[in-house]
Amino acid sequence: MCIFNYESGSRDNSPVLKRRSFIKTLIAFPLGLILASSSLSWATSPTSEVNTTGLAVTDDTVTVGILHSVTGTMAISETGSVQAEKLAIDQINAMGGVLGRKIEYIQEDGASDWPTFAEKSKKLLVNDKVASVFGCWTSASRKAVLPVFEQYNGMLYYPTFYEGLEQSPNVIYTGQEATQQIIAGIDWVVKEKGAKTFFLLGSDYIWPRTSNKIARKHIEKLGLKVVGEAYYPLGHTQFNSVINKIKLKKPDVIYAIVVGGSNVAFYKQLKAAGIDLTNEKPLLLTISVTEDEILGIGGENIEGAYAAMKYFQSLDNPNNTAFVQAFKDKWGQDIVIGDVTQAAYLGPWLWKAAVEKAGSFDIDKIRAASPGIELTTAPEGYVRIHENHHLWSKTRVGLAQNDGQYKVVYESEELIEPNPFPVGYQ
Amino acid sequence: MFEEYSMAELTDILFMQGFAGLILFSVLVLMALGLAIIFGQMGVINMAHGEFMILGAYTTYLTSHIFETYLPALFDGYFFVAMALAFLVCFALGVLVEWGMIRFLFKRPLDTLLATWGLSLILQQSYRTVFGAREVGVTLPEWMMGSYAMTETIEVPINGIFVMVLTLFIASGVYFLMFRSLWGKQVRAVVQNRPMAGAVGIDTGKVDRYTFGIGCGIAGIAGSAFTMIGSTGPTSGQLYIVDTFLVVVFGGAQSLIGTIASAFTISQSQSTLEFFLSGSMAKVITLLIVVGILMLRPQGLFALKIRQ
Repeated sequence: MCIFNYESGSRDNSPVLKRRSFIKTLIAFPLGLILASSSLSWATSPTSEVNTTGLAVTDDTVTVGILHSVTGTMAISETGSVQAEKLAIDQINAMGGVLGRKIEYIQEDGASDWPTFAEKSKKLLVNDKVASVFGCWTSASRKAVLPVFEQYNGMLYYPTFYEGLEQSPNVIYTGQEATQQIIAGIDWVVKEKGAKTFFLLGSDYIWPRTSNKIARKHIEKLGLKVVGEAYYPLGHTQFNSVINKIKLKKPDVIYAIVVGGSNVAFYKQLKAAGIDLTNEKPLLLTISVTEDEILGIGGENIEGAYAAMKYFQSLDNPNNTAFVQAFKDKWGQDIVIGDVTQAAYLGPWLWKAAVEKAGSFDIDKIRAASPGIELTTAPEGYVRIHENHHLWSKTRVGLAQNDGQYKVVYESEELIEPNPFPVGYQ
Repeated sequence: MFEEYSMAELTDILFMQGFAGLILFSVLVLMALGLAIIFGQMGVINMAHGEFMILGAYTTYLTSHIFETYLPALFDGYFFVAMALAFLVCFALGVLVEWGMIRFLFKRPLDTLLATWGLSLILQQSYRTVFGAREVGVTLPEWMMGSYAMTETIEVPINGIFVMVLTLFIASGVYFLMFRSLWGKQVRAVVQNRPMAGAVGIDTGKVDRYTFGIGCGIAGIAGSAFTMIGSTGPTSGQLYIVDTFLVVVFGGAQSLIGTIASAFTISQSQSTLEFFLSGSMAKVITLLIVVGILMLRPQGLFALKIRQ
């Protein structure tokens, strides 16, 4: 089991917090922890005090919502997030729950359809009165539920790396926004690999386009050159023409943000066209291929590509070893864990930390408590919630291996500040 | 547009683009043949065409696993076995579907559209239940990957050549079946005049059943071949269905030659435009050309002349 510690940083003197600092001293002794969570249960804090807005909280349970697509196109990607969130909830319950209350979840299926997401989020917030929601994956689904969360004052923990340009009081973004993922990656490839020319490639929708815009601005700021930029419709399966174009332009780096089924076609055709990525001529850097996608692409087709992410399954630290083991024990030994899956896993833990810091399930109090919350035992290492509701986190570069895993070749020294509205990049 | 390239590079562009166009052409023909047979000969719009292709892809995936585990020595040749199996599995399911569903919906094209769409949803969900929501990776034998370098700059993908040869083979097979065999004669008779064909002793029900089965079987082979160039997941079939319909409708629903001509037109314009424009714009312009031509010739490029 993976136990999370967090620092509240609050100097509030409410009785609930006093009791927690008492328990904190007990945490030093594992046995003490068990005693604390069973006999000195939080349930002594009356529900009327910790829940003033009529959320689904009883004396011994609290209900949350999980809202992802388990059917339709996006099920491929969102399954991992659902599994991670359920694992986190199980682990929190095994530790005694949140404020002494066991977490129960209601899972709804967004069915890869954006209006369905909006409808289901309304159901979760209005009918079920859930205390928070872990969910959404694509930007389109997040945009669809945003007005609902703002109208009914819910709290959404959103796991995916995305294009930024958003900051809602009702969302905590546990993935990276675009600048966190892009800038460190490009700096790395320029510094370590001496890259001078770039070819930008992407699927044709908001995330790749915004990300490439930031990438282009940054490349040009460094005095380097973008020799080509191309977009293909989602689901496109024929990349031979663009591969020819790449061959003629001879860029140092292919910067690829292709998503979904197109990914598989792109990497298979790249290999078939005689571009062996392990030669790094050109080198390929992506921000859209996690271990999940490699399952479909096949390790032999993408071996040698680099990815800039914040998490890889192969990260070597004790938190991650425990997390990977727990994940495999629960969902099967063959399973792989990608960047977003890890970010989804953080959601319930960050919510738990916020609730306990606030001493309340009320959304407004959680919102006030969230900035500054840290997780020292996140699988990716250490994260902290920024004032702008995104996470401070490190960026890493991984080299794709034949077995479908990434080998971490670079890690930013500092935590990178989330900056959803980058000045000079839009 | 060209000034940044040297003469030698331009020749290479021309050659490689021509080849990219031919690969796309083969892919489109392979996708569309099965649908064209069913649509053209039976008037049934098979919305589950993409799912039949994916069934072929999953069959390939399973076959590759069986060979990897039990017959590793023969792994290099498993793909041919997989394609044959893909045909058989899809043919069997096609016959079953025709027998259980399509034959009750004849002369109701809109209803078949809805019914086969429902079938596609059922199949997608079954794949998801059996194989999981994630995409699966199909391992290819070593010899089918990589490329053949003709000169320093010109490299020809081996899987592209494979698809081209396969398409040629399947297309001639279909031609022989439709125009040189007794069964083909029966099919064409049923298309031209169903009651009359029945009156001269052709079992029209049986002809329909096998036509549907063969159409689905060819879709299975196409799906099997596409594991080389695309993804295999529960909803991957959706990636192909629009292009497939485009080719069939543009070519003229009842003409196999039309299907081939339309695949050629679409693939060449698409791959040429893609080189000079962004992929999305290339698609838009290709679609505009198709719409423009269909406005002038609603029956498609080629149409059979049938007395109504």
